Amino acid sequence: MYNFNYHCPSSLQEAESLYAKSEDPMFLAGGHTLLPTMKQRLNAPTDLIDLAGLTELAGISREGDVLQIGAYTRHADVAASELVQAAIPALAKLARGIGDTQVRNRGTIGGSVANNDPAADYPAALLGLGATVVTTKRAVPADEFFVDMFETVLEEGEIITAVTFPVKGDAEYIKFANPASRYATVGVFINRHNDGVRVAITGAASSVFRCSEYEAALSSSFAESALNGITLRTDNFNEDLHASVDYRAHLCAVIAKRVIASMV
Amino acid sequence: MSIPISMTVNGKQVSKSCPANRTLGQFIREDLGLTGTHVGCDTSQCGACTVHLNGDAVKACTVLAVQAEGAEVTTIEGIGTKDDLHPMQTAFRACHGLQCGFCTPGMIMTGIDLVNTASRDNVELGEAEIREGLKGNYCRCTGYQNIVRAVATAAQQMED
Ligand SMILES: Cc1cc2nc3c(=O)[nH]c(=O)nc-3n(C[C@H](O)[C@H](O)[C@H](O)COP(=O)(O)OP(=O)(O)OC[C@H]3O[C@@H](n4cnc5c(N)ncnc54)[C@H](O)[C@@H]3O)c2cc1C
Ligand code: FES
Ligand code: FES
Repeated sequence: MYNFNYHCPSSLQEAESLYAKSEDPMFLAGGHTLLPTMKQRLNAPTDLIDLAGLTELAGISREGDVLQIGAYTRHADVAASELVQAAIPALAKLARGIGDTQVRNRGTIGGSVANNDPAADYPAALLGLGATVVTTKRAVPADEFFVDMFETVLEEGEIITAVTFPVKGDAEYIKFANPASRYATVGVFINRHNDGVRVAITGAASSVFRCSEYEAALSSSFAESALNGITLRTDNFNEDLHASVDYRAHLCAVIAKRVIASMV
Repeated sequence: MSIPISMTVNGKQVSKSCPANRTLGQFIREDLGLTGTHVGCDTSQCGACTVHLNGDAVKACTVLAVQAEGAEVTTIEGIGTKDDLHPMQTAFRACHGLQCGFCTPGMIMTGIDLVNTASRDNVELGEAEIREGLKGNYCRCTGYQNIVRAVATAAQQMED
């Protein structure tokens, strides 16, 4: 890891102005994606701006049917939160399944969402639940936030402050985890509510996506059999040593059916 | 860029300067001379470097020393003494939970966090929960059986 200047601002405003002043800065949250990539020299920022001191990014709260999770909330805190468990149990379960104990004690929701790893868990929940990403500049619906592999609509210097989740209907998330890293080889998040069904799939393709074929089928009949005979378009599916394109496509149906079975 | 930092390590206040890119693992081993914390992979996988940061198990190879400013850090040296071992250490010895011992400090630090968290959340610590809880710690020697037994034994003793 190359050396860098380290800053630990105590307000969002200070963080933004440090970012503007620095040559090639990056924000640091839990560091559980960024520090490993810096060791590999895939990232070599001149300045790290640590978000740990920003009280604006902390805390979990619920107002009516909106659950808000501050960007600097660690996976372990989402998993253990009684508010989250009561509002959206599938979200607490998802957080409990990320990586391992030590990763959950450092990694944050903001870092995971900003990073948009194609195999990350949180993006599936955001897209599946129709969440909103709140930043220093705007509020972006999850449907518009995730662009492609490791790419989001975040602009230079824009900081995620929170994610807000609508609390409606019931939801479930199941992943076929990579046995070593626990990242999702394929993970399926389904949310069923009065207005219809949302299905988000992570791990399978270059970025998390909503599966319109499954959504249409499940909106007319919420049953495992509704997915029979559906072939997914796989042009942008991932292929690596863990799973081929065909295997990932197969897993999408298998895991989605398991999610449905656990919800009916 | 050298930065002054201070933190509490094993109950003692330490103040030093270190470069921004120094990991907490390097800081503990090389600057403080506490070599009980092992660095195995240095890539966040193996868990040998696990220490407690404000009471939570973390991988010290993936935390910057500067991120621990003002924190309470506990390493394997801080949980017991030769004459008065921590119940987790006693259990690893009694259950033969180690062979070469390289992974052991990390296993013990994660094991303690696991027992504390389960008792906080009122969760029963069965074999499945222990295995799940140790996901972030690799052992290349033992085959894990005795490690799981050791954590279960210690959990009982820590509750009493
Ligand atoms: C061994 C291991 C196993 C893992 N397993 C899983 C898994 O099973 N599932 C999973 O989903 N993830 C997994 N992860 C990733 C983990 O969840 C990371 O913690 C997460 O992806 C990044 O969060 P972070 O807080 O550590 O962010 P950092 O690493 O600090 O930052 C990541 C990126 O996001 C940016 N960023 C951070 N916060 C903000 C913000 N508030 N606003 C704007 N930009 C921001 C940073 O600049 C950086 O580019 C694993 C990681 C490890 C090391
Ligand atoms: S040395 Fe830190 S996880 Fe392996
Ligand atoms: S005892 Fe040798 S690695 Fe675990």
